[in-house]
Amino acid sequence: MVKKIRVLIAKPGLDGHDRGAKIVARALRDAGMEVVYTGLHQTAEQIVNTAIQEDVDVVGLSLLSGAHMTLFIDVALLLKEKQMDDVLIVGGGIIPQEDVPGLKKAGIAEVFGPGTPVEDIVSYIKKNVKR
Amino acid sequence: MNNLSTKVIAGDPRSIARLITLVENDAPDAVESMKQVHRYTGQAQIIGVTGVMGSGKSSLIFELALAYRAEGKKVGIIAIDPTSPFSGGALLGDRIRMTDLSTDSGVFIRSMGTRGMMGGLTSSLYDVVEILDAAGMNVILIETVGVGQDEVDIVKIADTTLVVLIPGLGDSVQTIKAGLMEIADIFVVNKADKPGVEQTVAELESMLDLVSYTKYRIPIIATSVKQKKGIQLLISKIAEHQEYLKKSKTFDTRRRQRYEAELIEIIRKRLMSFIFDEKKLKKTVDCCIDQISKKELDPYTAADEILGKILK
Repeated sequence: MVKKIRVLIAKPGLDGHDRGAKIVARALRDAGMEVVYTGLHQTAEQIVNTAIQEDVDVVGLSLLSGAHMTLFIDVALLLKEKQMDDVLIVGGGIIPQEDVPGLKKAGIAEVFGPGTPVEDIVSYIKKNVKR
Repeated sequence: MNNLSTKVIAGDPRSIARLITLVENDAPDAVESMKQVHRYTGQAQIIGVTGVMGSGKSSLIFELALAYRAEGKKVGIIAIDPTSPFSGGALLGDRIRMTDLSTDSGVFIRSMGTRGMMGGLTSSLYDVVEILDAAGMNVILIETVGVGQDEVDIVKIADTTLVVLIPGLGDSVQTIKAGLMEIADIFVVNKADKPGVEQTVAELESMLDLVSYTKYRIPIIATSVKQKKGIQLLISKIAEHQEYLKKSKTFDTRRRQRYEAELIEIIRKRLMSFIFDEKKLKKTVDCCIDQISKKELDPYTAADEILGKILK
C-alpha cells in the first residue's frame, strides 16, 4: 500500500497571477506529492467540488488580489458544509498580518506570505496533514 | 454489501472519490468494495483519448463531455499525467482545460498520476473504470499521458480509441510507423485552425489506402476546439464505431480482452507485492551491492541468488 499526499492548489476569484502557485505546486511535486492544479479564476464551488472528486488531503489557496477574507473563508465554509472537515486548508499570497487570525479562526490552518521558503510549506503539510 | 460500495453505486461523489483513492493506494480495504461493484458494471461506453503531449487532448475531452452532457448522458473523466520517476510526485494539470465542468453534478473528473506504470496509463485504471461504470456514468473518457510512439495500453481498456494528432508532426513515413499509429479507431487531427492540416489529413488517408478495409475504415476527423469545429462530426463517428463494434461482435472481443488484461494486472500486482516486499528486498539487495562494486560478484549471479532465495 502506497499512500501519497494529494494536494489541490487553487486560485480563487479574479487574480491573474499564478507564478507563486506554480512554484509551490512544483515544490510539492518534488516532495513526492500529487498536486492537482486547476488554473485561474475558480469559484469556491468549483474548488470544493474539485477537492471532493480528487479526494485531496490538502487544499492550498493562493490569492494576491486582496479578497482573501471573502474567498478563502467561502472555500473553508463550503468545505465544512460538505463534511470535508478532514482536509487541511492552507493559504498564501499577499495577506496582511492582521488578517491572519481571522483566517485561522475560519479554518485556514496556516498562511504563508511572500518569502516563505518552499521547504517550510512542504514540512508544514507533511506534519499537519490530517489523514 | 458494504457501506462504501452501496454509496458508490448510488453515485455519491465523495464515496466514488474515496474508493478511487483506496484502489490507487492499493489499500486492502478496497478489495471488498471492488468485488461488490463489478456486477453493476458493463453499461458505460469507454472512450480512450491518446496522443502526443500538447495535442489538445484535455480541451478535446472538455468539448466531448459538453456534447455528451447535452445528450443527457452522465460523464466520467479520468485524466492521467506522469508521475515523476525521481520524486514520486506528480503535477496533475488536465483539469485546467475542464474548469467549466467542475460544478456539473453529471460529470465526475479524476486526475491520476501514472505511479510508475509504463504504457501511458496507471495500474489502478481498470478499477477506476469499473468504479465510474458502477456509479452510473454513461460515458467514460480516459485521457492518457502525452504519449510518444509506443505507449499503446489504452487499447486494452477502451471500446473506442481516439488518436489525437496535430499538423506538422513529421512526414508521411511517420504515419506508417508501428505503435501509436496502429491503435486508432478514429484519427483526430486537432488544432485544425493551424496551417498544415490538409497535408496531415492527406498523409493519414494515403497511409490508410495502403491496406484494404472491408468492414471498417478508420475515419479521420479534423477538429478545432478554438473554432468549435468538427466536434459534432467526431461524436457521430464515435457512435458509428460503437455501432460497428456491436454489429461485428468486436465489442464482445474487446470487453473480453479488457477483462483478461484486468485479471492479469490484478495477479501481477498481487504477485509483485508477495515477492516484492520492498523493505525486505532492499535489505537483501544491499548485501550484494558491496560485492558487486568490488567485482567479487556480478549483478546476474546476484539476481539469481536473490531470486533463488525468494522463490524457494
